[in-house]
Amino acid sequence: MRVAVVVFPGSNCDHDAYHAFKHILGVPTTFVWHKDANLEGADAVILPGGFSYGDYLRCGAISRFSPIMRVVEAFAKKGGPVLGICNGFQILTEAGLLPGALVRNRNLQYICRDLHVRTESTRSPFTRQLHAGQVLKMPVGHGEGCYYADPKTLKRLEAEGRIAFRYTDPGGVLSDEWNPNGSLQSIAGVLNETGNVLGLMPHPDRCAEKILGNDDGRKLFESIIAAGGKR
Amino acid sequence: MGLRAKVYVTPRKSVLDPQGRAVSGALHSLGYGEVEDVRIGRFMEVRLAERDRGVAELRLEEMCRKLLANPTIEDYRFEIEEERA
Repeated sequence: MRVAVVVFPGSNCDHDAYHAFKHILGVPTTFVWHKDANLEGADAVILPGGFSYGDYLRCGAISRFSPIMRVVEAFAKKGGPVLGICNGFQILTEAGLLPGALVRNRNLQYICRDLHVRTESTRSPFTRQLHAGQVLKMPVGHGEGCYYADPKTLKRLEAEGRIAFRYTDPGGVLSDEWNPNGSLQSIAGVLNETGNVLGLMPHPDRCAEKILGNDDGRKLFESIIAAGGKR
Repeated sequence: MGLRAKVYVTPRKSVLDPQGRAVSGALHSLGYGEVEDVRIGRFMEVRLAERDRGVAELRLEEMCRKLLANPTIEDYRFEIEEERA
């Protein structure tokens, strides 16, 4: 099992993801520069958080044309697991690897705090070790995290079990009050059709070890490792 | 002389535009009660080393679809004019 963390100009959580896999979980992990043309034999790919290309034009709009994204796309099409965290999620939607888009938070503010999400789907290699309804506490840090998709797409995501996480209260109860950014249906993370691409706004990489006071995020990474890079 | 395109990108009607809503509220509190709605988008000027309008239109259409706008959340339109010396 090898993990590749893609580094775009402006990525700033690349080291968090690298640290989580390499040092906390002891998995061979490499950085891959956005201009590289291969994933160095990785079995799973992480698109980290940050402000790639300064978020110019739209978050993720320019990064999606980085040379590495052609490789990531081919890897995903073959069933390889790809995890996009925060800016990585935005890049995946811009690239069309995930449906919908992430727009400005409804309160127009940058939100940086711990939130709770409920596990909605355990069919992906990232969530298999979680159980449906399991609540995780994870931090977010974003200005454009309001998930939008047209009604037809939302219906389809729901029907196909492709909503991975929803924002809830600490007890796992849905309410508008606990929807931090105005995301439609409180969506915090979605899967692609085949379940091997996950994008989410919360940061499992920032809560993957006890010394940080929270290791809920570790469960996602352990799921990927257990799946061994397979669907 | 080449051509100059003015590209307008706006959030689609179905997409929440919190910036527009905040500005609309500000205009109301300034006494402009006739303001019904404000939508905030993006305006871009693109200078082209191209003389043929037809070609320019096709190329711009492609640029908008690929990069300048995200059709999931945004609408776009553009005008092409002669670049003045």
